[in-house]
Amino acid sequence: MNTLIYTSCLGLFCLLAEIFNLRKLLIPAVVIAITAIFGVNYMEWNQGGSFYSDMVRIDHFSVAFSALVLVIGLLIFVMTADYYKNEQNHISDYLAILIFTLCGALVMLSYANMAMLFLGIEILSISLYIMAGSKRFDTRSNEAGFKYFLMGAFASGFLLFGIALIYGVTNSFNLQKIGEYVMNHDAHTISPLFYIGMMLMLVAMLFKVAAAPFHFWSPDVYEGSPALITAFMSTLVKIAAFGALYRLFATCFLGTLTYVESTLVIAAVASLAIGNFTALHQTNFKRLMAYSGISHAGYMLLGVISLYVGTASALFYYSAGYAFATIGAFAVAIPVFHAMQNEGIDTFNGLGKKSPLLAALLTMSMLSLAGIPPFSGFLGKYYIFSKAIQGGHMTLTLVAVVASMIGAYYYLKVVLAMYTKDGNDTEIEVSPVYVMVAVFCVTMSLVLGLFPDVLMNLI
Amino acid sequence: MIITLLLLGFPLVASLLVLAAGHKFASKLALVLSVVQLGITGYAYCLYKQQGAEAFYFFHEWISNPKISFHLGLDGLSLLMVALTNFLTPLIILSAFNRKVERAAGYFSLILLMQFALNGVFMAMDGMLYYIFWELALIPIYFIALRWGGPNRVPVTLKFFIYTLAGSLLMLFGFIMLYWYNPNQSFDIRDLYNAAICSCKQGWLFWTFFLAFAIKIPIVPFHTWQADTYKEAPTQGTMLLSGIMLKMGTYSLLRWLLPILPAGVAEWGPLAITLCVIGIVYASVIAIMQQDLKKLLAYSSVAHVGLISAGIFALNMQGFQGSVVQMLAHGVNVVGLFFCADIILNRTNTLNINSLGGIRNLAPKFNTLFMIVVLGSVALPLTNGFIGEFLLLFGVYEYNTWLSVFAGLTIILGAVYMLRMFQRTMLGNVNENITTFPDLMWNEKIVLGVIAAVIILLGIYPKPIFDIAEPALQLILDKSIIK
Repeated sequence: MNTLIYTSCLGLFCLLAEIFNLRKLLIPAVVIAITAIFGVNYMEWNQGGSFYSDMVRIDHFSVAFSALVLVIGLLIFVMTADYYKNEQNHISDYLAILIFTLCGALVMLSYANMAMLFLGIEILSISLYIMAGSKRFDTRSNEAGFKYFLMGAFASGFLLFGIALIYGVTNSFNLQKIGEYVMNHDAHTISPLFYIGMMLMLVAMLFKVAAAPFHFWSPDVYEGSPALITAFMSTLVKIAAFGALYRLFATCFLGTLTYVESTLVIAAVASLAIGNFTALHQTNFKRLMAYSGISHAGYMLLGVISLYVGTASALFYYSAGYAFATIGAFAVAIPVFHAMQNEGIDTFNGLGKKSPLLAALLTMSMLSLAGIPPFSGFLGKYYIFSKAIQGGHMTLTLVAVVASMIGAYYYLKVVLAMYTKDGNDTEIEVSPVYVMVAVFCVTMSLVLGLFPDVLMNLI
Repeated sequence: MIITLLLLGFPLVASLLVLAAGHKFASKLALVLSVVQLGITGYAYCLYKQQGAEAFYFFHEWISNPKISFHLGLDGLSLLMVALTNFLTPLIILSAFNRKVERAAGYFSLILLMQFALNGVFMAMDGMLYYIFWELALIPIYFIALRWGGPNRVPVTLKFFIYTLAGSLLMLFGFIMLYWYNPNQSFDIRDLYNAAICSCKQGWLFWTFFLAFAIKIPIVPFHTWQADTYKEAPTQGTMLLSGIMLKMGTYSLLRWLLPILPAGVAEWGPLAITLCVIGIVYASVIAIMQQDLKKLLAYSSVAHVGLISAGIFALNMQGFQGSVVQMLAHGVNVVGLFFCADIILNRTNTLNINSLGGIRNLAPKFNTLFMIVVLGSVALPLTNGFIGEFLLLFGVYEYNTWLSVFAGLTIILGAVYMLRMFQRTMLGNVNENITTFPDLMWNEKIVLGVIAAVIILLGIYPKPIFDIAEPALQLILDKSIIK
């Protein structure tokens, strides 16, 4: 709970910094503060419980995911030091909004009440609508912000409608009470409105995690948003949304999971197929990462489908592996894009010669995303597949296995561009912050890949 | 204990050292370190002679859930494969001397990294650990072929990578299923050997493993990645691929497929062995038609490993022993052959057999050594190839007479394409395209000399190999046959 309170305070402090003209100190201060909040979060490990008449519930699941989200936030904030160096006028606004996004994510990971779920999603989304459109004079960024807002508003509507229907049936917003209601009633005696409500909520959540067939916003929004925000969206938002989805189903809908199972299976297969096949033809790196994100959502849905065998730790491990690989990739891509003024995959041409270190870091991130050992992406896939098989979803797992073969192809396309094609001679100046972040991410990918017990025994 | 870790870890350390050494000293340092690794292997051999396989047992809990352990071991079979790897690596590194290698530090570092992964594959006694090394071996060879390969390397290496990765992922799926099906729920080889999985499930589990191995070996019709990859990879990459990496597949058949899924093998083994024999004839015929020296060698390699796999699926001691001897023999011979091809390419800039000829007159030393390697690979008696092929054919004959008749064609067809190739390139009048052909340089003499010596020594006295392999193979044979 303290994690959430301190993070919110940090956001407010950022806004105040504008008044007291503390912009220069702001980024180091935020980085230190987030590190401190990470420590606070760590202290909460053994002090779980419910707060504010059971609106928020802190347990191992929420603390572990919050820690992951804070680390992602930290990495992004370190990169802002260089990314926003020419926009000192807006720096405190941007930082404040990003911190509020983080707050939204923290709420989504620790809610115990439908109202809090909605609040968390809205805090997160509204901040992101602004950030997606934050390049005000770039039409693409405007388009991204607007599109995300319109589609997101509909999704929120679905969510609210779903919550309302479920409230109508169960007479409660409280997750645990709804869960008890489901357990105490025979599946046939529950009103059909409950199932409709559940389905509507599912649609909204699938929208947020960018799973097919509700993925159409993500390539456009990822492409149009500033690259740093794309990195933020593809990792933090997706993971927070998956945490929320898991929490919702694990506490509320466990008894009725079988009713939406086929829907989830279809969504997973569609995400895997659409994500991977469409990614094959992408020439823009951000769009490629968007489709890769859709396919990763498909893998993570496997974890949700078989959640009755206890997939929380597998999902957590997968999320961590995915996040570090993706941020590692973006930490290399952002400075390269900036130097080349272009965001296609061809900007990486010849990077292997120009900057062997960056090329090696990006290669390792890509290999982790493709699921090649010894990187954590491999064990993440392994855990998810293994749980899905344990849950009895053999065919689905085979589809996922085939999908990851296709996946390897487009991740290698980036690697091929770096090592086999000749690029122009534009000098690439890389600020040390990006290298630091990328090295950290790749190291984490390796360490987690070699010692997965660190995370797997948490939840 | 310690020797096991040293044997595994030293190439990794060596790889990092070479990367740090810089381009100038990379090749020399790599050679020295790989010779040291060979020395460690020699020590391991002595230790094995004294104490047997127990001396190499290493077990450490690694991941608790699912249960994955860092379990290494070295029985006779593994020891021979490790010895092959560590014997060939210094030769492969030495073969790159006196050649211009760009970005040398990366190149030699990757070769040593490859050695590390290969040693890991042969020593891992835990399914998941084995799988990780298996995949890890793909990464260095991919980059070697991609960065130092021929003009058409990009699509070819991509095909190679995706093809083998597809097989590997199926195997991963198979391993996960094995994990859940075995009563102890672990990947440890001892648990898997005693799992006694229901024979109704073994049929399709067989295919998840067999496809992965069949692609790597390669067994016809899963060989289509191979010839192009051999052609486009740099010579050292081709040597690694054909000399050692193919043996990963045949070794894995023995180690992981047969003993764990005996009922699956009983069900599908006949089909598999038929595919192997078809592959022998098919690849031999294609090899006869080849004009490109490297491609010819690639197809001859398909034929040879087809026979090795056929001997393994024959499920008898002769076949097993033959396959082990032939794995070693083929590893040594094919490295020699590709090196000869490299020597020719290096001096004449062509590998087209039609524009070669008469090299014997210009380079007699090269001619002699090339001849010995060729004779080894056509299985002339008193060369290493003969022992292996004879035992393999004997094993296949015990299994089924008709299959052995077709498999026996390999000796005739092999002689046809190898001797024809030798005649067209080395004998006759000097082709007008060749103006000069300097004889062997010092490093080439050492590499080919050592290989020729091994070919003859093993051909005359192969008994040590039988002695080392026997207990391990007997254990595998007992597990592979359903009583």
